[in-house]
Amino acid sequence: MAELTYRDAVAAAIAQEMERDESVVFIGEDVGAAGGVFKATVGLLEKFGPTRVLDTPISEQAILGVAMGAAMTGMRPIAEIMFSDFFAVSWDLVANEIAKTRYMTNGQVTLPLVIRSGNGGGSRFGAQHSQSVENWAMAIPGLKVVAPSTPRDVMGLFAAAVRDPDPVLFFEHKSLYSLKGEVEDGEILDELGKAATRREGKDVTIVALAAMVPRALAAAEQLASEGVEATVIDLRSLVPLDVSAVAASIASTGHLVTVEENPRLCGWGAELSSIIAEENLFDLDGPIVRVTTPHVPLPAADTLEDAAMPSASRIVEGVRRSLA
Amino acid sequence: MFGSRAQSKGQSEAVSEASEEPPPPPDPATRLALYRQMVAMRGFEKRAYDLFLQGLVKGTSHLGLGQEAIAAAFGCAMRHDDYTFATYRGHNHTLARGVPMTPVMGELMGRSCGLMAGKGGSMHLTSVEHGMMGSYAIIGAHLTIANGAAFSAKSRGTSQVAVCFFGDGTTNIGAFHEALNLAAVWKLPVVFVCENNLWMEYTPIASVTAVAHPAADRASAYGLAPILVDGNDADAMYDVATTALARARAGDGPSLIEAATYRHGGHSRADPGKYRSDEELEYWLGRDPLPAYRGRLLGAGVDEAVLAALEAEVAAEVDEATEQAKASPPPSLDLVMSDVWADGGSSWRN
Repeated sequence: MAELTYRDAVAAAIAQEMERDESVVFIGEDVGAAGGVFKATVGLLEKFGPTRVLDTPISEQAILGVAMGAAMTGMRPIAEIMFSDFFAVSWDLVANEIAKTRYMTNGQVTLPLVIRSGNGGGSRFGAQHSQSVENWAMAIPGLKVVAPSTPRDVMGLFAAAVRDPDPVLFFEHKSLYSLKGEVEDGEILDELGKAATRREGKDVTIVALAAMVPRALAAAEQLASEGVEATVIDLRSLVPLDVSAVAASIASTGHLVTVEENPRLCGWGAELSSIIAEENLFDLDGPIVRVTTPHVPLPAADTLEDAAMPSASRIVEGVRRSLA
Repeated sequence: MFGSRAQSKGQSEAVSEASEEPPPPPDPATRLALYRQMVAMRGFEKRAYDLFLQGLVKGTSHLGLGQEAIAAAFGCAMRHDDYTFATYRGHNHTLARGVPMTPVMGELMGRSCGLMAGKGGSMHLTSVEHGMMGSYAIIGAHLTIANGAAFSAKSRGTSQVAVCFFGDGTTNIGAFHEALNLAAVWKLPVVFVCENNLWMEYTPIASVTAVAHPAADRASAYGLAPILVDGNDADAMYDVATTALARARAGDGPSLIEAATYRHGGHSRADPGKYRSDEELEYWLGRDPLPAYRGRLLGAGVDEAVLAALEAEVAAEVDEATEQAKASPPPSLDLVMSDVWADGGSSWRN
């Protein structure tokens, strides 16, 4: 058992997979010599050399095109899109090419690739470097969508993503990079599509993802002091979506609160809420409550950004509304 | 801004400059193979157009009538395991890799015998087993994807080459420039082939492009030599293709080829191409690559009976493909839900 930061876990996870499989290569802007702008890929160039770890120009389309072309011809590329906001300049590759090609070719083309990206707010970077865009990816058939909340899950889910035969968008949360956590020794490999229950409580089910998981846990602590016991479920991946873990929890708590960093409209909680409303309505004893960022771009100033993003106190308030 | 006739003149002048010293012709067997490929493409696409008029080819289709020499030259020059990346105007490039006509016709008609059982359609023809790595219907991206296949070939040490075909219109989208730059920086074994047919969909390419030769004039920006070739001359195309493929295979990096050609029809099935002057059309129909090459082969001593037999053989092949595709049932409706994922299914939740 070792204590690793979330950022060190990223480098360790990439190294674990590159050591295991020679067809794994890693490309992106500033990922090699500079070790990544978030210092999450330090040492990989030195360890694996310039034929397997490649710095690219600022050309997001070219990066993802290389990943796709390499994946369709027998390699398992890992590509970095530095900030997830930058997916927008390469969305044709993601949404039209990578996501659709297997289907359009009737299964002729397999695309085992991972695109990892720094996602989410809390860093005071302003609206073009802070978005939480995992819900964009979730809306597109053909993409798997993963977002870990702990250093250990970075390791286990990243290994699963690299070994998965389908394209995976791996959203690392920027505000979690310095988070420390226990990581077991040896190879770590998880299964995509399995949620983790982070806390058990009988009164309400709070479902969260990535940086919203520690906030949901903080809210649960506060609620416990008021006599309300919350279950906190960390979804870990949006596609595949572990609906049954959520449904099973609601069957005992009767209340669902989702905590999304996405702007309000079409966040992942909307999909989850609609599924639960359609399939588990009679397990509910109160309204489903979605705690989200309001439908605004994220502002830069710390006070404004904190006010916009879901906080522990807003989650507590959401739980109270569900229980009222 | 520029008359389309002026473009034609400008382009043919540039081509004649590039063709001052004609290369030695390909050997007789290769020349017959080039001719056969062109006749097959022409016969296939004319039939596809007829079937469209009969309502049997649905959706859209983009014909390469008049542009056959380019696909044929690469088809004959490429190694069996090289990679082709084409656009929505990709019927010819698919046939050029040896994909049989029936599954291609079947795909256009949405039948179960189709190359992708009807899931892709005319604009997405793909046959991985033939090295036909896809037809891409949103221009630009596939240049970057071809880079990936070239990177992979280089990493795996296979000496395969990726060849990427696109139209003149593609030279003005960002991905073209991102792909050219990275291919040059990483010295990738990739050949980019711009089929300049003078028209970006319904607009003269010269009226929306800052340079006269949309690909060749950009080559120097990426440290590449400008290569202009008469895309309607199968021998000249074959020579350029052979040279570029050898350069890539030797590890000397990418090439960017601009092949001057002309689309006999409109942009897509819905377009009669009426925006082009009669004079321009007549000029280019006079430069049709097929009769020109037939004449050249006869001039080189090939027996007309050999060509006639080849033509009859291809005509029978087109008829057979048509009948087989017509007889093929529509695809199983199960295919709607298949192959989103590698496990064959489309499930996204438990």
